[in-house]
Amino acid sequence: MSQERRKGRLKIYLGYAAGVGKTYRMLEEAQEMRAAGADIVIAYFEPHGRRDTIAKTEGFEVVPRRLLSYNNTQFEEMDTDAVIRRKPAVAVVDEFAHTNVPGSGRLKRWEDVRAILEAGIDVLTTMNVQHLESLNDQVWHVTGVRVRETVPDWVVDEADEVIFVDLTPRALRNRIERGVVYAPEKARRAMENFFTETNLTALREIAMRHAAHEAEDRARPAGGASVTGRHERILICLTGSPSSAILIRRGKRLADYLQADCLAVHVGGAAPGEREAVERHMNFARTLRIDTHVVEGRDVAAAIAGFARSQRITQIFMGRPKPRPFLLRMRESVVQQVVRQAKDKQITIVAQRG
Amino acid sequence: MKVFLGYAPRVGKSLRMFDEGRRRKERGEDVVVAAVQSDATPDIQAVLSQIENIPTLAERYAGHEYQVLDLATLFRRHPEYCLIDGLANSNPPGSRNPERWQDVENLLGRGIGVITAVNVQHIAERQEEVQRITGRRASHSVPEAFLIEADDIEVVDAPPEALLGRDGHTALDERQLAELRELALVLAANVVDRQLQSYLSSHGIAATWGVQERILVCLTPRSNAAPMLQSGRRNARRFHGALLAAYFEQENLSAADRIKLDANLALARELGADVHSLKGVDFVDSILTFASQQHITQVFLGHSQRDTSGLLRRSPVDRLIEEAADFDLRLFPHAEVE
Repeated sequence: MSQERRKGRLKIYLGYAAGVGKTYRMLEEAQEMRAAGADIVIAYFEPHGRRDTIAKTEGFEVVPRRLLSYNNTQFEEMDTDAVIRRKPAVAVVDEFAHTNVPGSGRLKRWEDVRAILEAGIDVLTTMNVQHLESLNDQVWHVTGVRVRETVPDWVVDEADEVIFVDLTPRALRNRIERGVVYAPEKARRAMENFFTETNLTALREIAMRHAAHEAEDRARPAGGASVTGRHERILICLTGSPSSAILIRRGKRLADYLQADCLAVHVGGAAPGEREAVERHMNFARTLRIDTHVVEGRDVAAAIAGFARSQRITQIFMGRPKPRPFLLRMRESVVQQVVRQAKDKQITIVAQRG
Repeated sequence: MKVFLGYAPRVGKSLRMFDEGRRRKERGEDVVVAAVQSDATPDIQAVLSQIENIPTLAERYAGHEYQVLDLATLFRRHPEYCLIDGLANSNPPGSRNPERWQDVENLLGRGIGVITAVNVQHIAERQEEVQRITGRRASHSVPEAFLIEADDIEVVDAPPEALLGRDGHTALDERQLAELRELALVLAANVVDRQLQSYLSSHGIAATWGVQERILVCLTPRSNAAPMLQSGRRNARRFHGALLAAYFEQENLSAADRIKLDANLALARELGADVHSLKGVDFVDSILTFASQQHITQVFLGHSQRDTSGLLRRSPVDRLIEEAADFDLRLFPHAEVE
């Protein structure tokens, strides 16, 4: 019994952009914990040349990073094994959404963090809201930037605490102008591109709404019945189309918000050229913890409608059909066929904004 | 004016506010402290010792002691910024203004900047929610418009767990704190949304995207309106978004249909939807135009009740599937099927 280790607690400092002070807040808290006698180490810290923040790391034990060589270049990554061997009470790990250099063992830093938590070590970490998988399309739409480093929502939902670190866009832009966040040349480019007042304000609103949503989840008693008393089951219909990724995120986000079950189905017999894309989408769905299925059938719409009935689905999610030439509209699209065959279900046709 | 918004006492609003004052002073701005809460922690006192202080005046009335801003001295001293804690405090009867936030308006009117802190429990328009969560209303409050007019609002967040552990323990439990926290974040997001919209319109940017979910329920006499509206309301709530309902004005509506439509619209209003009437030649075109004007992200519509489809008899649903680009289209069954 005593062998069973307690899992570590995860605390995430969530911001809406670089430079709002997430790492600073995290280190401030780490200082307080250390002053109170906690055994705490810095497992990974990214100084970015920010003097105030660097000053906050003074006096901490730092676990040396691992050196890796990739494409003849040296990289440094967190030495997860060394952190676990050192076994402090608390580890400070900056940049939760970071992607490791190939050959590091785990693909993503959040996976390293999970290993550290499993070893019974508490973790303090930082991330920006645009790295949340479910917000990827919205962030792209608002800022024009497609964020590549993402963290699945369930990883963040499992955190014990998420703290929203706020700063006004005006103050953030002042800090960038004063060179606190980036070197001068990079600062100028940042101000013109990503760090515009519109982008920052929109990202901030997204972050606040997400933090409110997280707070709401925590306010609700665990395992509570859904508001309607009726349990929702959402089915996402996957194809090889590039828009499937948007469809998956949108469907999963709604399922999470409604606390609904989420399934994905692909009707087999895809053209050989599409097979690889379908497999990629199915894998993506699985990383988001969506239950994936493949069914066979020559009549795609009938197969979807039949699967939905057998699985007691309440809502079907499909991508909008591509615009077709006038004459081809004589024939119904698969979406229209499903709509006609499943009038007993809610059907959502997802836009491809942007 | 800048407002630090917190969701409960002891989240650290005051410290953050005074610390901002200290940093501004270090950068050469002319900052004074104009009001401090009586329970200042050692952290706060350390910051206060570095900034000029114009203390509040203690006034007794009917056995209560009030702390009142020393407006006369502040007007004379005329700093760039004054730091004012406890924005929701009241003044005793006979004062220049009944409430402290009105004193702040006087300061702003004289060109003195104000940095202040307030707790979401003291926002006047939120008292019903506050009462639902905590079981009681605040004895004094600040109108929400005051926050909306602020140049800047900044959220001071801390996990509820941390508040429970702190000395001077709060009377609220973890769940109540989480709900207040949600309330504060949504309030701040709404203020930020207004800033975003006014920034976009003042720069002539027509944004088709929305950060907020905006749901439009399309109603007809034959709509199975209740499940559509209830689902719309639940979605709008869960996403902290807006709920709209619209109907297409038709002439020659039979008396029976008119009655059904009116009943559907009444239900929409009852569920808090903002109801609009659409006029035009074509149902689908009217919806598309209205949805784009209103930055709609989801349109709810009943399934078509026709069985056939095809080029010559395309239903409005078929057309919306093909022509809508910027919003999700959700189709609802006409009868609830279990």
